[in-house]
Amino acid sequence: MSITVDASKCNGCTICVKSCGTNAIEIKDKLATIVLESCNMCGACVSACRFKAISIDIEKQAVEDLSKFNGVWVYGEQRDGHVAPVVFELINIGRELADARSTELCVVILGHKITDAVEVLAGYPVDKVYVYEAPELETYDAERYCRVLTDVTRQLKPEIFLAGATTTGRSFMSGVAISLYTGLTADCTGLEIGEDELLHQTRPAYGGNIMATILCPYTRPQMSTVRHKVFPMSCKRIDGKAQIIDLTPKPTLFSSRSKVTDFVETVGEKVNLVDADIIISGGRGLGCPENFSILRELADEIDAAVGASRAAVDAGWISYAHQVGQTGKTVCPRIYIACGISGAVQHQVGMRSSDTIIAINKDPNAPIFQIAKFGFVGDVLEVLPQLTKKIKAKRGAPETCPV
Amino acid sequence: MKICCCIKQVPGTTEVKINPETNTLVREGVETQINPFDLYALEEAVRIKERMTAAGDPSTVTVISMGPPQAEDALREAISLGADDAVLLSDRAFAGSDTWCTSYALAMALKKIDPDLVFCGMQAIDGDTGQVGPGIAVHLDCAQAAYVAEIKEIDAKKMAVKRLIEEGYEFCEVRLPAVLTVVKEINEPRTPSLRGKMNAKKAEIPRWGAADVNAPADKIGLLGSPTQVIRIMTPPCREGGEKYEGETAELVEKLFDVLTCMEVV
Repeated sequence: MSITVDASKCNGCTICVKSCGTNAIEIKDKLATIVLESCNMCGACVSACRFKAISIDIEKQAVEDLSKFNGVWVYGEQRDGHVAPVVFELINIGRELADARSTELCVVILGHKITDAVEVLAGYPVDKVYVYEAPELETYDAERYCRVLTDVTRQLKPEIFLAGATTTGRSFMSGVAISLYTGLTADCTGLEIGEDELLHQTRPAYGGNIMATILCPYTRPQMSTVRHKVFPMSCKRIDGKAQIIDLTPKPTLFSSRSKVTDFVETVGEKVNLVDADIIISGGRGLGCPENFSILRELADEIDAAVGASRAAVDAGWISYAHQVGQTGKTVCPRIYIACGISGAVQHQVGMRSSDTIIAINKDPNAPIFQIAKFGFVGDVLEVLPQLTKKIKAKRGAPETCPV
Repeated sequence: MKICCCIKQVPGTTEVKINPETNTLVREGVETQINPFDLYALEEAVRIKERMTAAGDPSTVTVISMGPPQAEDALREAISLGADDAVLLSDRAFAGSDTWCTSYALAMALKKIDPDLVFCGMQAIDGDTGQVGPGIAVHLDCAQAAYVAEIKEIDAKKMAVKRLIEEGYEFCEVRLPAVLTVVKEINEPRTPSLRGKMNAKKAEIPRWGAADVNAPADKIGLLGSPTQVIRIMTPPCREGGEKYEGETAELVEKLFDVLTCMEVV
C-alpha cells in the first residue's frame, strides 16, 4: 500500500494541505509532499484534490469466492418479544438493496418465546425469517448472540447484513464482523448498490461535519449498522407471508462469561429518544430543575420525549439518559423543539439531522437560530405554559372546524 | 489487579470549518484532546485501581493509545490524571486501519500487557463508531460489557455492572478478564494533580511498532482493513428559517399554528 502524488497533475494549490487532519502534507517546490510519518491514510486529500493528483494504492484481492454469498439480511432485534422499530426501517432499505441485487431479503431473529414477533416480521415484504429460539437466548448477551450470529452467517453466507445502530447492534455486530474478518460500517445514513455492484455505505463522521462513503470490497458479508429514523418504515406485505425457517443453534455456542441479572425499564416518561417522533429538549434557559416540569407537561400533551442539553445534565437537572449532543445521544426525530438551548456545536451535532427544528430562546443571536426552521425569540418560561394551555383548551373543546 | 485503559487522541473540537471556495475542511490550528469519553474510562480505571489497592490488591493502570507519534501528548496527560504508565502503539504500518485492524492492533498490544480489566470510552467523537471496544474483547476472546454506567461490585474474578441501554438499565455479572466501554454517566473525571503532572513530565513512554506486538502486516493498516473509504464530502450546510420576535401571546399563537400545520396538535 502506498500514497503517491502525481507531479504532472499537482500544481501546489494547497487544498490537500488544508484537507489533511494530521498535518501530513507539505508543499515543496509547488508540489504536494506527503510526510509519511504523520499520514494515517484516511484518504481526505484524495477526495479533496481537484486535479486527481493524489492516489492511494492497495494491492489486495479477495481470498474467498465472493459469488458464493447471496441475499440481504436484516437483524431482527427484539426485547421481550417486541421488535425494535428500526427493524422495519431496515426491512424497507433491505428490500431495495435486495431488489437491486436480484436476491432475497431475510430477517434473522434470536430469542425465546418470540412466536408473535416472528409472525409480525413474516407479515412484511421479506422472503425468509430465520428463527433461533432457545431459553438461553431469552435476554441479550453480547458473547452468546455474537457466537450464534457468526455461526449462522458463516453457514448461510449472506452478501449484505444490516442491523440497527442501537446500543445492542453497535456492540455485538462489531464482534460478528471481527469474528468473520469482514467490514462493518457504523451508523450509516445512506446505503445503495453502486455500479460496481458493491454496497456503498455513507455515514457521518466528525460529528456530522463530513460524510464518508465506505466500501467493503474483498470480504463478505458487507455489514452496516444503520441510524434510526433515516429510512422510512416498510409497509406490510399485501398478501401471503414470509417463509419461516427454524434453526437450532449448537449448544456449544451458548457459553458466555457474563450473565444478565436484572433489567430496569425507565418508567414515567419517555427517554427512548432515538425512537421518538417528537423531542422537546431543555437547556440552561430553563433556569432550574423544577422548570423541566413545564417541558414535561407539554411533552405529555403532544406525546413527545424529553431531551436536554449537556448544560442541563451537568447541572444535575435531569439524568444523562436524556442528553442530546456529542457526549450524549444523536437523534433525528420528525420535530425537535429546543427550549432555552443556545445551540453550541456540540449540541447541534446530536440533533441537526432532525427533519424540522423549532427553537425558543431569549437571545436572538443564539446559534440555534442558524439551523432552526422556526425560531422564536422569547422566554421559554412564558411561551411554553401558555402554549400547553392553548393545546389543552383545544383538546378540551368540542370538535369544531375552525374554518 | 492489572488495569488498562485505551485512549484516542482526537481533534480539539469537531467544529471543523468548511472553506466555501474549495469545499474542503479547514482544520488549521485545531488542537488535539483526549477523546472525551475516554476521560471517563480513564477516571473509572483509576478509581477501580484505588478501590482494589485499598482492599489489599495492589493495582496499576496502564494507558495505551494507537496513533501518530504526537499521541504521546495524550498519554502524558493521562498519566497526569492518575495512570501509572503508558504505551504508545505507533507504526507507519498501522496507518489507514479501520475498526477491525485498530481493535486487532490494540488487542495484540494488550495481550503483551495481559491485563485483568480493560476500559474504553463508548466511542470516539471523530469516528463515532463505538466498535473498537467490543472488537478488542472479541480479538482477546474475553468477556465484555458495553455502555457501562456503574460498576456495582468488583473482585479479582468478577464484577457486577449496570449498562445504559435505550429502554433503561440492564444489570450484568461479568467474569474477568473483561473489556468495558463506559458512558459519561459513570463518573466525574478529576483534574490533574501536581504529583500527576510531575509523573507525566518524567514518564518514559515506550513506543511499540507492529513487530513489537506480533501483528503481521496483512492484518493491520490499509492492507488489513476490510473497509475502504472511497469518498469524503462535506454535507450541505443547514439553513436557518424564519425567526419570530414579539409579544409572548403572538409567539404562542404562531408556534401553535406551526404545530397545527405539522399535525402535532
